[in-house]
Amino acid sequence: MELKSHEPTGPIEDRWKEHKAHSKLVAPHNRRKYQVIVVGSGLAGGAAAATLGELGYNVKCFCYQDSPRRAHSIAAQGGINAAKNYQNDGDSVYRLFYDTVKGGDFRSRESNVYRLAELSLNIIDQAVAQGVPFAREYGGLLANRSFGGAQVSRTFYARGQTGQQLLLGAYSALERQIDAGTVKMFPRHEMLELIVHEGKARGIVTRNLVNGKIDVHVADVVLLCTGGYGNVFYLSTNAMGSNCTAVWRAHRKGAAFANPCYTQIHPTCIPRSGEYQSKLTLMSESLRNDGRVWVPRNPEDCDKDPAKIPEEDRYYYLEERYPAFGNLVPRDVASRNAMYVCEDEGLGIGPKIPGEPRRGVYLDFKSAIDRLGEDLIMERYGNLFEMYERITGDDPRKTPMRIYPATHYTMGGLWVDYNLMSTIDGLFVGGEANFSDHGANRLGASALMQGLADGYFVLPFTVGNYLGTIRKTEPLEESDPVCQEALKSVQARVEKLMNAPDPTHAPEYFHRKLGNIIWKYCGMSRDAEGLKKALEEIRPLREEFHEKVKVLPQKGETFNQALERAGRVADFFELGELMCIDALERDESCGGHFRTEHTIDGEAKRDDEHFQHVAAWEWTGDPSNPALHKEELTFEYVKPTMRSYK
Amino acid sequence: MKTKNLTLHVWRQDGPDAKGAFETYTAENVNEHMSFLEMLDDLNEKLIIEGKEPIAFDHDCREGICGSCNIVVNGYAHGPQERTTVCQLHMRHVFALGWSEIWLEPWRAAAFPVIKDLVVDRGALDRIIQSGGYISIRTGSARDANETPIPKPISDRAFDAATCIGCGACVAACPNASASLFTAAKVSHLGMLPQGQTERFDRVRKMVAQMDAEGFGSCTNHGECEKACPKGISIDFIAQMNRDFVKAMVTSKHDVEAPNDAE
Repeated sequence: MELKSHEPTGPIEDRWKEHKAHSKLVAPHNRRKYQVIVVGSGLAGGAAAATLGELGYNVKCFCYQDSPRRAHSIAAQGGINAAKNYQNDGDSVYRLFYDTVKGGDFRSRESNVYRLAELSLNIIDQAVAQGVPFAREYGGLLANRSFGGAQVSRTFYARGQTGQQLLLGAYSALERQIDAGTVKMFPRHEMLELIVHEGKARGIVTRNLVNGKIDVHVADVVLLCTGGYGNVFYLSTNAMGSNCTAVWRAHRKGAAFANPCYTQIHPTCIPRSGEYQSKLTLMSESLRNDGRVWVPRNPEDCDKDPAKIPEEDRYYYLEERYPAFGNLVPRDVASRNAMYVCEDEGLGIGPKIPGEPRRGVYLDFKSAIDRLGEDLIMERYGNLFEMYERITGDDPRKTPMRIYPATHYTMGGLWVDYNLMSTIDGLFVGGEANFSDHGANRLGASALMQGLADGYFVLPFTVGNYLGTIRKTEPLEESDPVCQEALKSVQARVEKLMNAPDPTHAPEYFHRKLGNIIWKYCGMSRDAEGLKKALEEIRPLREEFHEKVKVLPQKGETFNQALERAGRVADFFELGELMCIDALERDESCGGHFRTEHTIDGEAKRDDEHFQHVAAWEWTGDPSNPALHKEELTFEYVKPTMRSYK
Repeated sequence: MKTKNLTLHVWRQDGPDAKGAFETYTAENVNEHMSFLEMLDDLNEKLIIEGKEPIAFDHDCREGICGSCNIVVNGYAHGPQERTTVCQLHMRHVFALGWSEIWLEPWRAAAFPVIKDLVVDRGALDRIIQSGGYISIRTGSARDANETPIPKPISDRAFDAATCIGCGACVAACPNASASLFTAAKVSHLGMLPQGQTERFDRVRKMVAQMDAEGFGSCTNHGECEKACPKGISIDFIAQMNRDFVKAMVTSKHDVEAPNDAE
């Protein structure tokens, strides 16, 4: 396997322009002759399907939800970055590029990131033209805020529902194309296999979740925009259905998986309240602007009413450890310290879950309310306080909030070149599903930007270039042996899941166990010993899963949510193992990947000499022995430096 | 921490044409901090272990924003707590009402056929959007976003309509199973913005026609939809849609769409 990035050369600001100028095109009258498959209907998939349909291609778009409008992009709260410089505070495409490369801890590809920053401008224009109601100032112009410690105000937002409004914009464009007949939508369909014919991606096998029918869909090109794999942790801020099956199936067919160990943990989520917890809810990071984080100094105070703990017995650990940044340290630093005080120092607070340390810290608004008044605090955070109270039953004005970090985003994903094409010809990957732009750590408000840049502006163009280059693909019939083989392998896998030899436990039982292992050893901080232990524990658990998973009803062609989950958990097992292998191999700390062996003053210490590369893993047939390939990264514009927040 | 045993009467139905019926289950040791759907998860896990078919229900983000979840709880679409989707309903609110027996039903409307148990097909709502719930703008052809200032009150009001999550609770709560609130929210959101003017009257005409064609009932101003809406979308938007619709019907397509200075 050879990793060719196909990056253009020359001045970075001209690369995308030049690349477009020298790429192949497909003439309008020829476009309808090509069949395009898009899997996923979120920001990347929805935007790509709509745009490709509008260009005149024949598009089929698939999603597992009952409507494309429900893709998990919808849950993004904070905002979307764009280098518009509407605030006249010195922002530019270059500065957004610079911040993103640095924020990614020098583990992303400069050319891709520059293009992302460039396209951020077009995204805002496009979204506003669609009717996305971004926040505005009284003069009627668009409002911006500073987000995640950025020195400029470049974040566009729509109350706390930016993802929803952007997704509904892409969804309306998609629905318009469905009405025009250029896109055929397949809701409640799950991709279970990729069809590769003569080295090219030529279709997928899907299961219709309503009636259980397994079908072949052939195409000239396949796009996966299926989101991230955060649910490998079982508990995350992802939607319950978010899964890795589409990318994992592609990986098993030859698409390299890049940097699986790069995951992002968000510091401010509502902690678990019990074993039954099904998901975690994120509370906007903006709360740390006014909230003070603390735990009791004495372990015996941990189950006390916080109001009864005197000031001198409160440990404001972020303020003490990081006097300069205090409660506003970056996400990864805030998250790790919460873990240290709860899991290592035994100072966590909140309900006790048997067999676990208390995992929760206080986020206290009392001094902010005393200083600024309740009205101002409610104006800033009223909706968040309401949401918190709905879930926990506590009023944050009276009782400090309880928070704990949770998995939020995965920077790793299928390896792609500059054209967003994977190591399989004709298989393109967009949005969170690819690894491309965020390096080892994603900055706030840049996920929506990447999803839409890929979907509206990159994929429609690079897919055209690919089709214009290959010109004509051999017709592939559904009856072709390669399609029939893929179909049979899916049927066999479904049969196997429904007929485990000793069916004892529901799929969730195993998913929870897997999640615990990954969280413990491959979560916020990692070390070689723990990762080896994780690998030792995952392998037998995977076998046990296939031995004992129980899926009811045991009918093939019917609506069966337990079966859907079982299939996703099976793939999480293999991906979880690869994550740990990758985390073990990457013997350095960088961004969200924190190896306790590699620190300076408690902060991440990169090893640029040995690890300034993308780790792309090739499937070998044995999940425990993947083959490693490296794409070396070079930094011509942004010179690597160390992050420090002391 | 309070726990309770609850009796659940759940609508079970094999498919669109099958005859459905309530079946009774006991949810044991339900914890006050659980969400309503976590109670069902727990029950389902037990049903699977006992070899009984788990209850099918739709859900995804569990943050009240994707609009997937849809259960009628003791007669209330999304349950008894106002402005709350059923995925965000927590058991302490149910306990506070003193309920020990709970009936769970799917959204009931002719336009939402049951797929299985509590899962229904809401494709009709997508088709209403397809009929005109968009602004026709080609990717890449937009002008600079700040070239069209929009007064903040207008933008804010458009936003109030745009918060619709497309769950269909308005339909489930309406005695006529009307989708007026859903349709009006989109018609109003786009119809208030300068970008949406070109297609404004054509849009309302097409969307209302599609709503009727899907078999949704008419609005007779009960106001149940507003009460059930987890985003609190106001029925004022239905009045706004009706005004636009009347305007669209009394003027010819040509008159309405001609720019002011034409002819």
